[in-house]
Amino acid sequence: MTIHSRVLEALATVYDPELDEPITSLRFVTSCEVSADGDVDVRLRLPTPQCAPNFAYLMAADARNAVRGLPEVRDVTVVLEDHYTGDEINTAVGRGEGFAEAFPGETEGELDSLRELFQRKALVARESRLCEELLAEGLTPEEVTARRVTDLPDDPNARRCIELREQLGIHAEHDAPAFVRPDGEPVAAADLRLWLRKARLMRTSLEVNGGICRSLLRIRYDLSDAKEVAA
Amino acid sequence: MYEHNGEKYFVLDTHTHFWDASPENWVKGQEQFAEGWINCFHAYQGLGPPETHWPIEKFQKYTEDDFVTDMFEEGYVDVAVFQPTYLKQWYTNGFNTAEANSKLAEKYPDRLIVNGRWDPREGDEGLRQLEEDAQRYGHKGVKLYTAEWRNGSRGWSLKDPESQRFLDKCKELGIVNIHVHKGPTIWPLDKDAFDVADVDYVATNNPELNFIVEHVGLPRIEDFCFMATQEPNVYAGLAVVIGGLMHARPRFFAKVMGELLFWVGEDKMLFGADYAIWEPKWQVEGFIDWNYPDETFSDYPALGVDGKKKIMGLNAAKLYGVEVPQELQLPPEEAKEPAARDDAQLVEDRA
Repeated sequence: MTIHSRVLEALATVYDPELDEPITSLRFVTSCEVSADGDVDVRLRLPTPQCAPNFAYLMAADARNAVRGLPEVRDVTVVLEDHYTGDEINTAVGRGEGFAEAFPGETEGELDSLRELFQRKALVARESRLCEELLAEGLTPEEVTARRVTDLPDDPNARRCIELREQLGIHAEHDAPAFVRPDGEPVAAADLRLWLRKARLMRTSLEVNGGICRSLLRIRYDLSDAKEVAA
Repeated sequence: MYEHNGEKYFVLDTHTHFWDASPENWVKGQEQFAEGWINCFHAYQGLGPPETHWPIEKFQKYTEDDFVTDMFEEGYVDVAVFQPTYLKQWYTNGFNTAEANSKLAEKYPDRLIVNGRWDPREGDEGLRQLEEDAQRYGHKGVKLYTAEWRNGSRGWSLKDPESQRFLDKCKELGIVNIHVHKGPTIWPLDKDAFDVADVDYVATNNPELNFIVEHVGLPRIEDFCFMATQEPNVYAGLAVVIGGLMHARPRFFAKVMGELLFWVGEDKMLFGADYAIWEPKWQVEGFIDWNYPDETFSDYPALGVDGKKKIMGLNAAKLYGVEVPQELQLPPEEAKEPAARDDAQLVEDRA
């Protein structure tokens, strides 16, 4: 495997915190170049010049950290292009500084709680899909809520759920409940129907948001639609 | 008025603009923001059918004739509400002001309603201005941008105590419809910019006012729905939902409609074409003809002719006191309960 492909792999572990999708599949990575000496230059782009600076900062900083973690890489430059706060974000990310230093006086701190809020939404949105699959197989609400983490299918959706739970500090051991509310409490059988209604709405919100972002990015950069999942 | 399959629909477009984003109107030194803003809008137009796309020059500045043709002659719109967007920090004469809107509205007094604006950061002077504007333009509604920049401040909240003074002034002046736009760049930047919690707060405290959340809180539909289902005076403005999704993402559109019909209900949804981002013609035709694409959506509430009549104009006519011709009204029947369901009312603020 070349350094270049390992860098791309590292970038694929960076998620848009708002959409819960990798920045690579969202096509936010414009280019990624690796010099003979192992210096990496990554360019990022977003669907509009006014996309929220907080999420934009997180993606740029996460991208830099992900690539810097590779042993064979020397210097890493991440540049967010065509954004109204690009200068502030690029300077702070280049220096390894936090969001508060990118926008002095305009924030009350770092973005941990913002990231966490969206991780909880993402978790529930993904769980709703797994839950619907079980109901479609004919399981009762009691059977669904009795499921454990170990019973989840070995697919990307379930793996991401477990990853999110670990990041949020929600138990994800084999015998932990498969379905939890955003606060980590297990879903009770009696609440399943309403919980699923709400979880599905969160999923719709994430999907629609992602759909609009994809469409706007495509229009902004004149991209073909070929790689998109039809929706 | 739009007629389809023998049914007649009164069309009240709650979200329209008459803007000037031409380079002559860009503030010196702020050109990149002025240009970026209108280019961003133009990209949104790209989500509509290709035959409705405009070249950027026309999109920057269109004429009164364009407006009248696209809205009234071809777009089936009976009455439209101008929602102003000032953005004077980027546009010398403002982007889309009540003043500019009213010049056009004076020529069509029965068909155009001019909404105003306020900003709590303007204090006493802002209150005086609101009073003056209300008198001059006969405002029945305002459009608020909590994310608007002002002297280094990148936004404000409806929860700010100063906001309540303006809401009280609205009641005094008979301005009952408070349209709220949620968007990025609100201060502080480390919070979620689209948070609708402040609308929740003021809607509870001001039951005599109607709060219309524009773009249904997109991209935070879930927060909007959970809130709207508990607040009888919160409405869903469908601008962007129809224009941005119905053509570009029909399956997502169906899901969003299904969710809105379930949580908010057809009595609290308001059509808005968001001209000149999108022309009303294709939106009216498409929406009246719309249904869920297949049986995978059978879990969502159905939307019938009556519901479409309400969303397309009858709901907004009530809010704005617009008289609807007898033949376009729904046949009289006993007042129905709002469409929000039992279990929607059970919702607590946790999923």
